[in-house]
Amino acid sequence: MHTSDRHDIEIDLFRRALMLRHGYDFTGYAPASFKRRVLALQAAVQAPTVSRLTERLLHEDGFVRTVIGRLSVPVSEMFRDPSVFRALREDVMPVLATWPQINIWQAGCAHGEEVYSLAIVLRECGLYERAHIFATDFSEEALARAEEGIYPLHEARAYSDNYLRAGGTGSLSDWYVARYNRIKLDESLRKRVTFARHNLVSDGVFGEMQLIVCRNVLIYFGDDLQERALGLFRDSLVHGGFLCLGNRESLAYSAMADDFERLSEETAIYRRGIRARRTI
Amino acid sequence: MRAGRYDAIVMAASSGGIDALRIVLGALDARLRAPVLIVQHTASENGHALCELFAAASVIPVIEAEPRQPIVGGCAYLAPPGYHLLVEAGPRAALSVDDKVCHVRPSADVLFESAADVWRSALIGVVLTGANDDGAAGMLAIRSRKGLGIVQLPDEAEMREMPEAALRLAGADHVLRLAAIGPLLNQLCG
Ligand SMILES: C[S@@+](CC[C@H](N)C(=O)[O-])C[C@H]1O[C@@H](n2cnc3c(N)ncnc32)[C@H](O)[C@@H]1O
Repeated sequence: MHTSDRHDIEIDLFRRALMLRHGYDFTGYAPASFKRRVLALQAAVQAPTVSRLTERLLHEDGFVRTVIGRLSVPVSEMFRDPSVFRALREDVMPVLATWPQINIWQAGCAHGEEVYSLAIVLRECGLYERAHIFATDFSEEALARAEEGIYPLHEARAYSDNYLRAGGTGSLSDWYVARYNRIKLDESLRKRVTFARHNLVSDGVFGEMQLIVCRNVLIYFGDDLQERALGLFRDSLVHGGFLCLGNRESLAYSAMADDFERLSEETAIYRRGIRARRTI
Repeated sequence: MRAGRYDAIVMAASSGGIDALRIVLGALDARLRAPVLIVQHTASENGHALCELFAAASVIPVIEAEPRQPIVGGCAYLAPPGYHLLVEAGPRAALSVDDKVCHVRPSADVLFESAADVWRSALIGVVLTGANDDGAAGMLAIRSRKGLGIVQLPDEAEMREMPEAALRLAGADHVLRLAAIGPLLNQLCG
């Protein structure tokens, strides 16, 4: 049997153990990228086999945190895809400004790069004091990092560049202090942010949101799981609320497509239509 | 080497790759049955422009791969800049923004390895010019599944590192000049 076929069997057992022992369900994830991440986890913790990972998952209490931390791949950037943040600033913020209270759900927040980016946009648009950002992820490790708001100094150039291309009105360095090899985002940006664990596979809707930002999370999901998450987003949005997906994500193949209007071809920002809210 | 044994083609190119791919894609026949999946490393964020460049040189359609898109024969799919392209059972395309592999995203290793899992011995891998070693591990995955490996002749490549790295790690069934690669693919997948 080819090693790769043996891996498939081992990964299947690993996935079941993760589900039965810890309640994390990865069955709906796209299999090819999931496989890569399990093998990367195996390499990172220097386990001789995937089966050894399964054994540690069953018997070592703290191990699941590491596992989820690794499987989650919190790869992000501040102001990633600047044109999207420009559209949020120029097209979405003026509408948000018409609501007395602005609730924002940032789902799959990774290490918080997008949370602080959004907070900066809100501050620069004078909307921050009215806003509340709920930043969620299913990885505790990622959330802990997100709360710190500390990033490697060598990323600062790219982040600043993104910030300016996204229409930033000042300089990104107004919002962080650089120390040693790191930058730390201004504490005040966190004042109206709540970090919380939320699993898009198993948890429910999230209140009355004016804006939901969930980028580069759905690409990892299979069809059913994607539909589930989109259903959560639709049902968490107020009428006229906005949904911002990743650049390669869309509602094109979704049954939810009719409930939304796309703002432009260039960015995957949608507005929830005025049709009556469906109850599930 | 029977014609018709191969169901899909994956290709990797890096620096010098745009010209190289235009030559290879330009030689492909409209009757090609197999899909062609391509990783071209590029600093540009505009995959659409790259597709148009390739499409202009080729009789087969060249499009940017979208997540969940069914992969059909006779079409070329390009990995979008900044995203890994993977193949799922179906076959369907999948994208990811996981960490870079070999310092690049999209990475040919990611494409080749996932494609080898789906098409197994019915897959052809092609490694062209480039200044890194992406594609070598992917080529090994393909050849270990008894798929076919084609590598551009390093002496002819604008950058020889990538073909050489593939040859060193995985070897090849054919080491060819660009002009010969398209015609061979037509013959194997016609
Ligand atoms: C690639 S990152 C995207 C980060 C950021 N949104 C961006 O686009 O730059 C994907 C994030 O989704 C999170 N994630 C994956 N599956 C999830 C789930 N079922 N529920 C909640 N978060 C999830 C991961 O932990 C990770 O932080």
